[in-house]
Amino acid sequence: MAEIVIDRVQKSFGATLALASVSLAVADGEFVALLGPSGCGKTTLLRIVAGLETQDGGRVLIGGKDVSALPPRARGIAMVFQNYAVFPHMNVRANIGFGLRMAGAERARIARQVERTAALLHLEPLLERYPAQLSGGQRQRVAVARALAVEPQVLLMDEPLSNLDALLRLEMRAELKAILHEAGTTTLYVTHDQTEAMGLADRIAILQGGHIVQTDRPAILYRRPATRFVGGFIGSPPMNFLATEASGGHVGLGALRFACPRANGPVLLGLRPEDATISESGMGFELAVIEPMGSHALLTGRVDGQMMRVVAPPDLAARPGDLLHLRPDPARVVWMDATTGEAINA
Amino acid sequence: MTARRLFFLAGVVTLCAWVLVPLYLIALAATGGSAVVHAWPKPFLPTGALAATLAPLARFLSIAGVWPALLTSVETALVCVAISLTLGLPAGYALARFRFRGAVLFRVLVLMTRAFPVAILALPLAVTFIHLGLYDTPVGVGLMHTALALPFTILVSASLFQAIPAELEEASWVFGCSRLGAFRRVVMPLALPGIAAAATFAFVISWNEVFAASVLTVRHRTLTAYLLAILPESPLDVQFTGAFLLVVPSVIFIFLVRRRLFSIWGIANR
Amino acid sequence: MRSRTLPYLLIAPASLLLAVLFLWPLVQTAFLAFRAPGPLGVDVWSLAHVRRMVSDFDFHTALFNTLGLVVVVVPLQFILALTMASMLRHIRAGRSLVLWIWSIPLGISDLAAGLVWLAILSERGYLNTVLHAVGIISGPRSWLTYETPGVLFAAIVATELWRATAIVLVILVAGLDMIPREYAEAAEVFGATPWQRFRRITLPLLRPSIQTALILRTVLAFEMFATVIAIGGRNFPVLASKAYNWQYFDQNTGVAAAYALVIMGAAIGATLVYLRLLRSPEQAR
Repeated sequence: MAEIVIDRVQKSFGATLALASVSLAVADGEFVALLGPSGCGKTTLLRIVAGLETQDGGRVLIGGKDVSALPPRARGIAMVFQNYAVFPHMNVRANIGFGLRMAGAERARIARQVERTAALLHLEPLLERYPAQLSGGQRQRVAVARALAVEPQVLLMDEPLSNLDALLRLEMRAELKAILHEAGTTTLYVTHDQTEAMGLADRIAILQGGHIVQTDRPAILYRRPATRFVGGFIGSPPMNFLATEASGGHVGLGALRFACPRANGPVLLGLRPEDATISESGMGFELAVIEPMGSHALLTGRVDGQMMRVVAPPDLAARPGDLLHLRPDPARVVWMDATTGEAINA
Repeated sequence: MTARRLFFLAGVVTLCAWVLVPLYLIALAATGGSAVVHAWPKPFLPTGALAATLAPLARFLSIAGVWPALLTSVETALVCVAISLTLGLPAGYALARFRFRGAVLFRVLVLMTRAFPVAILALPLAVTFIHLGLYDTPVGVGLMHTALALPFTILVSASLFQAIPAELEEASWVFGCSRLGAFRRVVMPLALPGIAAAATFAFVISWNEVFAASVLTVRHRTLTAYLLAILPESPLDVQFTGAFLLVVPSVIFIFLVRRRLFSIWGIANR
Repeated sequence: MRSRTLPYLLIAPASLLLAVLFLWPLVQTAFLAFRAPGPLGVDVWSLAHVRRMVSDFDFHTALFNTLGLVVVVVPLQFILALTMASMLRHIRAGRSLVLWIWSIPLGISDLAAGLVWLAILSERGYLNTVLHAVGIISGPRSWLTYETPGVLFAAIVATELWRATAIVLVILVAGLDMIPREYAEAAEVFGATPWQRFRRITLPLLRPSIQTALILRTVLAFEMFATVIAIGGRNFPVLASKAYNWQYFDQNTGVAAAYALVIMGAAIGATLVYLRLLRSPEQAR
């Protein structure tokens, strides 16, 4: 077990900047997800930690040791690849035991480890099969088993669930969380799927355009996004942002007044769709679309001419064109600077 | 079955016959001996027992010079295959796995070698090889044939390696392999069937080549060069038996690589 | 980890060998063709070999024969191969068997192919047996002499068609396999007839393969050699056989090199023409 320290790592591909001086520390046994849209640099960062890509500047430390110049095989890591990269010319047993064989482990130990990890991932009946005879989900399990079998200091995962269908992904997510919690391995996990990151990670680092914009526990990211981008990226549907004007430390929206940390000037009011209740009075909301989702209804409409989505009880009796009234929970409102999009702290 | 379909099938069968009938006839001519060669009108079915049909082949092989020529052909082709693979595989790997300045230029130059006729290469090499002591040796001819087979091997192996996901290789690095180890344990086993087919093609290229082999040898001739040299003074039955012996390995080779024929030739000629 | 020099190290040996085997002979050939003994006994730049080649009694025949073969053989092969490739798309059962049979000649050498057809076309050959049986000729008759140059030419064309159509076929089939069927299906949905689909969708998408096949075949046709010797002996001179004779029988590498340069000039000229005529628009790749 070991911690990972990413220290001011930089990377460009030709003229395009992939990572601009990124720093991140993953504690021993911690699970950190790198989350961001495609092209944000998250996979590049993971590959630099793995040693598959060379950084232009900065260092990577694993277990306190600078591994920046070491090849992947000398870094004490294991990795699960997006396409699994299960060797097609080896059976499941040989695949799971591959890392230990390369490390020159004794046969008995290899056999024991293979059996143990195969049991952990329910692969025992498949040990003699070849990857071509396996389903996508089974191949994914082999890739995870192969990584766990070497008992790595650090486990790196690159979108490991993205090639599974929705149902299997949900199932595998829960299983993965249980197994990794059990093993206590330090894990760095790349994903573009915010629900996956929220569900799995102890902490999430959000990347945008080669920068880490916020690193925090999932609940805090959700509640207190550091930027407008984070608020919009995390949560589905995303956080609403209404452009307003503060004056005298207050903002008026319809009939409501909110205390604002900024005294005067343009600000953004951020509000999660579930943080407003429909009531008899409040700010006016012209309903445009109503989408029944079963557990709730999703309403899209306008407040002060600006688009807004709110979550309502499933049995709400309303039709498009109705004028409703919303009462946001003032404790849940966040404020952002209108120009920079960064949170304004009270 | 419609008349249209029948017409179509007749066309397919005719074209198959167009390929196969001459092969059948050369087998007939080659195994009939001088009796059949001079027969008139010609029989269209084998005459005599099996032993009798093998006799002309045995007689051909007993001609002084045929066995050595056959051996030289094999040696030459093996030299060609060995050099083509040794130099072609690394270059193909570089094209498949690295993006480097000059990669496109290299690929274009390799492709361009196709526009060079053998004659332009073989004539000056004859002069150079005399100086180097390579004239009239299987190594010299094999080297010359490498010029024809190497571009092909580079392009084929590049596409074979490209077809192997880079992630497999990266996974083996992560799990403890060096670059060379990963190549040996992961890349090679996966590319092997394709490489075997490419090697077979290189062998056939060398086995079939006549012009350079004739120009670069005097006494240690390959089978094709030997046949060409004795053509004017040898009787027809010897010519036909020789042709048959040249054809048989080719047909077998094409059979062996039939499943990879298209991926190989198609890709190499993009 | 990933050294920048590694790819260069990997291509270096192959590049070196190809340079030695291609560039060096190219320069050498030029030297051989354009250097001749001068008045002082030292080699000087001279057109002596070229002049000797041009004044060769059958230089023009060889040039004419070679061009004639290329002009007749290559288009015929292309049409035949394209027909075969299209037929393969409609074969329901046994496609791979048919494909294998049609590609057998790919492995057969030009010398062997020439001899195979010699067995068919010789005086007491199989063709004459058939012609005799149906009453066209009365007895053995020889076709492959200088007295019947038309038949000789046709025999060589037949042999080349038999032997070398396979390579065009294989390249075209590989190209066709790479064209997704959806394009033709989309065209069909919009009302294109089979001929229109072939003409407007398949052929344009096949252009790179067609270009490759034609370049390869034309270059090889310009250096056609063993087939011609096997069938026609010295009765049908072509450029490559002249080069061979000058080198082999007359031991005159200079004139042979001049012939080689003519072959290369023709091959490169044809390649450039194909590259220009069959170029795909840059944006449509």
